Amino acid sequence: MTTATGDELVVLQDVHFGYDPNHVLLRNIHFRVRRGQVVAIMGGSGSGKTTLLRLICGQHAPLSGSVRVMGKDLGRFTHAEKYAVRRRLGMLFQFGALFTDSTVFENVAFPLREHTQLPESIIRDLVLLKLNAVGLRGAAHRYPAELSGGMARRVALARAVALDPELILYDEPFAGLDPISLGIIGQLIRRLNDALGAGSVLVTHDVTESLDIVDYVYFVSEGGIVAEGTPDEIRAATHPFVDQFVHARPDGPVPFHYAAEPLAQALLGRAQ
Amino acid sequence: MMDWLVTPLRHIGARIINAIWRLGFILRFFAALLLVSGQSFTRLHLTLREIWFTGVLSLSIIMVSGLFIGMVLGLQGYEILQRFGSGDALGIMVALSLARELGPVVAGLLFASRAGSAVTAEIGLMKATEQLQAMDMMAVNPLARVAAPRFWGGVISMPLLAAIFSTAGVFGGWLIGVVVIGVDHGSFWSQMQASVDFRIDIVNGFIKSVVFALAVSLIAVFEGYDCHPTAEGVSRAITRTVVQSALTILALDFVLTSFMFRGLS
Ligand SMILES: Nc1ncnc2c1ncn2[C@@H]1O[C@H](COP(=O)(O)OP(=O)(O)OP(=O)(O)O)[C@@H](O)[C@H]1O
Ligand SMILES: [Mg+2]
Repeated sequence: MTTATGDELVVLQDVHFGYDPNHVLLRNIHFRVRRGQVVAIMGGSGSGKTTLLRLICGQHAPLSGSVRVMGKDLGRFTHAEKYAVRRRLGMLFQFGALFTDSTVFENVAFPLREHTQLPESIIRDLVLLKLNAVGLRGAAHRYPAELSGGMARRVALARAVALDPELILYDEPFAGLDPISLGIIGQLIRRLNDALGAGSVLVTHDVTESLDIVDYVYFVSEGGIVAEGTPDEIRAATHPFVDQFVHARPDGPVPFHYAAEPLAQALLGRAQ
Repeated sequence: MMDWLVTPLRHIGARIINAIWRLGFILRFFAALLLVSGQSFTRLHLTLREIWFTGVLSLSIIMVSGLFIGMVLGLQGYEILQRFGSGDALGIMVALSLARELGPVVAGLLFASRAGSAVTAEIGLMKATEQLQAMDMMAVNPLARVAAPRFWGGVISMPLLAAIFSTAGVFGGWLIGVVVIGVDHGSFWSQMQASVDFRIDIVNGFIKSVVFALAVSLIAVFEGYDCHPTAEGVSRAITRTVVQSALTILALDFVLTSFMFRGLS
């Protein structure tokens, strides 16, 4: 954990963000990822995890605070510089976002074809290797519509890492996976990160599985980071939020409901 | 008190302002599209693929429609010309109506509903399923990779389709006029050749079809790119493409015609 500051891939400092400037969704976010680290973001549904990833990849600009990725301030990037950073960045979308008109093979080959001049035979080998790593080499000729949700997600993962990125963002890579694939994909994320010497950010709900493979965890709730630490610290933590999350208790500080008037009021209000 | 007057006025005003905003957006989009078009021409296979999808696959509907329009022109034209005793001029009438008006306009309308709507649907669905975003995240500009090839594919194929439409129409007119009704074969063609002017009729018709092609392709690509990323949003965008393309073609046709053919002869 004590690497030099030059190894910091992502640094968010005092970031505030809201899709609507009047409605701040994330506040006082301090967040960092170092080279070689796998960092998890956990938190309830709708707490802003995906939003945080969008900030890191420069899809949205923060209202205030700074987002530095690979040593450069994303807020001051031109379009071309942003693309230069994104070329070194892999992103797994929460809903896969595969190209539905291309086969699995072409989906994974897409970044290679767009950004490299590699001959076809090498592209073919690279794609098959990536597909093999997610266990789907046999599905190379299929179309995304013919895959199950979990398979599509694994293809998206293969595509996200096709260019051997330095920073990989995974939005819920484990959703829709059975326990066996889940374990394999978890290990894959860890091994990939170590082999590439990259940094990874992992948004996930699978607390126990991810605690085994990550180096650091951030808990997001109600627009802020409420707890952070190494997996050991997290397991030992007494913070009510972390305790509730790690042990999946229904009652605690995490609200299940999206902010709204009380149910009784909503129902009675209609009756009046 | 004046509500009955103010409310509708406000409504109309809002719609007009909205329309102007939208026009501004479209033009800005057009500028952005032209800016990245250089990239997509260096990768010609993308545009060729779109020419295949929008152009080649529209061939059958264009040819069949052209043939029927020509056949109707043959019937109606002969009936009218016959009243003035000039049934032999049928060739002129068929060829001029097709080259000057019907070719570009009807081919444009067919193209908008056959290919324009498909382009809007395709781009809209890609947007709704985050595919455009995913491309953007992979440092591939969706404007250059998705929008520009489809735009140029349409711009290139539509004038060619209009020409094919007119050709099929002339053939249809000949079929009815000469083969069925019995107009003299020789005078049908020779009068046509003598009266159709390359510069005035063919080139002007071609210019029309190029302008329509630019308009329809721009509308189709823009609507797809701009739609709400939902099922309903996509379906609305498709409707807008077809309606706006049709209105734009007809309005532009009037403007172009009044410049091109005003005060001729
Ligand atoms: N494009 C958007 N425009 C406006 N609001 C949005 C947008 N995307 C998300 N939100 C809102 O921002 C909040 C956080 O959304 P986000 O997608 O970041 O949640 P999340 O933590 O990823 O949830 P989940 O675990 O369910 O994926 C939600 O309340 C959502 O309604
Ligand atoms: Mg999310």
